[in-house]
Amino acid sequence: MAEIQNFTMNFGPQHPAAHGVLRLILEMDGEVIQHADPHVGLLHRGTEKLAESKPYNQSIGYMDRLDYTSMMCNEHSYVLAIEKLLGVAPPIRAQYIRVMFDEITRLLNHLMWLGAHGLDIGAMTMFLYCFREREDLMDCYEAVSGTRMHATYYRPGGVYRDLPDSMPQYQASKWRKQKDVDRLNEVREGSLLDFIDAFTEKFPGCVDQYETLLTDNRIWKQRTVNIAVVSPERALNLGFTGPMLRGSGIEWDLRKKQPYEVYDRMDFDIPVGTNGDCYDRYLVRVEEMRQSNRIIKQCIDWLRDNPGPVMLDDHKIAPPKRVEMKDDMESLIHHFKLFTEGFSIPAGEAYAAIEHPKGEFGVYMISDGANKPYRVKIRAAGFAHLASMSEMVVGHMLADVVAVIGTQDIVFGEVDR
Amino acid sequence: MQQLRNYIKTFAMWELWQGLAVTFRNFFRPAVTILYPEEKTPQSVRFRGLHALRRYPNGEERCIACKLCEAVCPALAITIESDVSDDGTRRTTRYDIDLFKCIYCGFCEEACPVDAIVETRLHEYHMEAAGENIMTKDKLLSIGDKFDAMISADKAADAEYR
Repeated sequence: MAEIQNFTMNFGPQHPAAHGVLRLILEMDGEVIQHADPHVGLLHRGTEKLAESKPYNQSIGYMDRLDYTSMMCNEHSYVLAIEKLLGVAPPIRAQYIRVMFDEITRLLNHLMWLGAHGLDIGAMTMFLYCFREREDLMDCYEAVSGTRMHATYYRPGGVYRDLPDSMPQYQASKWRKQKDVDRLNEVREGSLLDFIDAFTEKFPGCVDQYETLLTDNRIWKQRTVNIAVVSPERALNLGFTGPMLRGSGIEWDLRKKQPYEVYDRMDFDIPVGTNGDCYDRYLVRVEEMRQSNRIIKQCIDWLRDNPGPVMLDDHKIAPPKRVEMKDDMESLIHHFKLFTEGFSIPAGEAYAAIEHPKGEFGVYMISDGANKPYRVKIRAAGFAHLASMSEMVVGHMLADVVAVIGTQDIVFGEVDR
Repeated sequence: MQQLRNYIKTFAMWELWQGLAVTFRNFFRPAVTILYPEEKTPQSVRFRGLHALRRYPNGEERCIACKLCEAVCPALAITIESDVSDDGTRRTTRYDIDLFKCIYCGFCEEACPVDAIVETRLHEYHMEAAGENIMTKDKLLSIGDKFDAMISADKAADAEYR
């Protein structure tokens, strides 16, 4: 009898379910996977090395492009590391704005994940519904920063600009009646905070819709329940963080365990799973969306009542206001110094980690006292998760690889950096 | 009793019908999509799109070739050469922005002490031939002239936040 050999298959890098540029070498026994070997590096842009050649502020924009579905969270970690080395803390209003936008970012990321994960395993409608809500959140991004994705909004010492008092509105056209336009503009009458407030009012209803479509759905359950079970011990040993770890039942959340900014003032719960399968991780992420919504609400209430500066008044770090810069010589000198040379950071090293939508996202920074970092190391959650790919898919069918890629919430911008 | 109920629900495909009810209700909701080229989604005054160089109301170029934007550009997309102009002022002889390198971070606008380089709300532009990605000084100034009203209004609306 002829000896039957395992079949080696190439999955990606241009597979639509490979979430970007994942290349998997799968060793198959029939349709059952024996081994999976992820190949990374196809989206490597050398962000860490690039940061060494630029003044601190100039790398903020590149942090957006790491995990391009949760932009401001990446910036947050980088900016926190700088602030730690400088020994400064942003004004309290800036901290609230950061927390609020971190949570908006979490919603953006989880909606993107839910839509793509649903689409991957056959729930087309989810993709459309999730992107409908994402559109509103992207409008919030655009209102504060001017871009829908790559914000460059957080700065060492605060955030660039305060929240705007008005929202852009829809215009009537011959394709749309005034009544229609008024309906669309209803939530855009007030400030950005009113707009976000209206969103938080309607969003739990949207999550209910998603859950009606998926949570009890037998097809969804067949594709996710008992797929890629990770035990709590194994999840810890593999270096899981974020929803991947909480899905396995370990209550670990940096927002609670090592509160940064004003998270210690926020009232929210950490959802955890029990089985550690794809279905639990789905439930955890959906519940996280509801909790994020709660946090955003608390931030809105605080921000409404407490106007104030959003940037430090220290012109050795933060550039002066434009009006000051235009008629004050000293401010102009500060402005020129900051935009050419940047600021120098005392020698030392710091690690700043935040609870990124995907897990722990950390920036380890070493300064030698110059105006550029000596070394920046980015700890991306997705990299550790991807490393467990083989362990998670062994014994499952080929189609389950797609479910596992989805459940890991891989984004190659941060894995390959 | 609960068990019996679940049993019936399983065979009646209850949760699938519930899901279908959600999609069916959405069937009658007003569409969230818009007819793109004819109508557009609202755009913030802070939007960072195509660049432009502005002039003072009397027609004089704002840019004084201080090269702050060149220095602050993270992507090294801006190239500036300067000389003394005929009227004795310092002016750029070359001001190129490579749109392929630009990451639209808005730092050039932030750095400019005379509000010369700005990022406008224009986002519908394209290139057809190699080399068109380089925005020369003439191109940038002509955009600034053409959309001066929009740019001035946008910058005025956002001035108090900066």
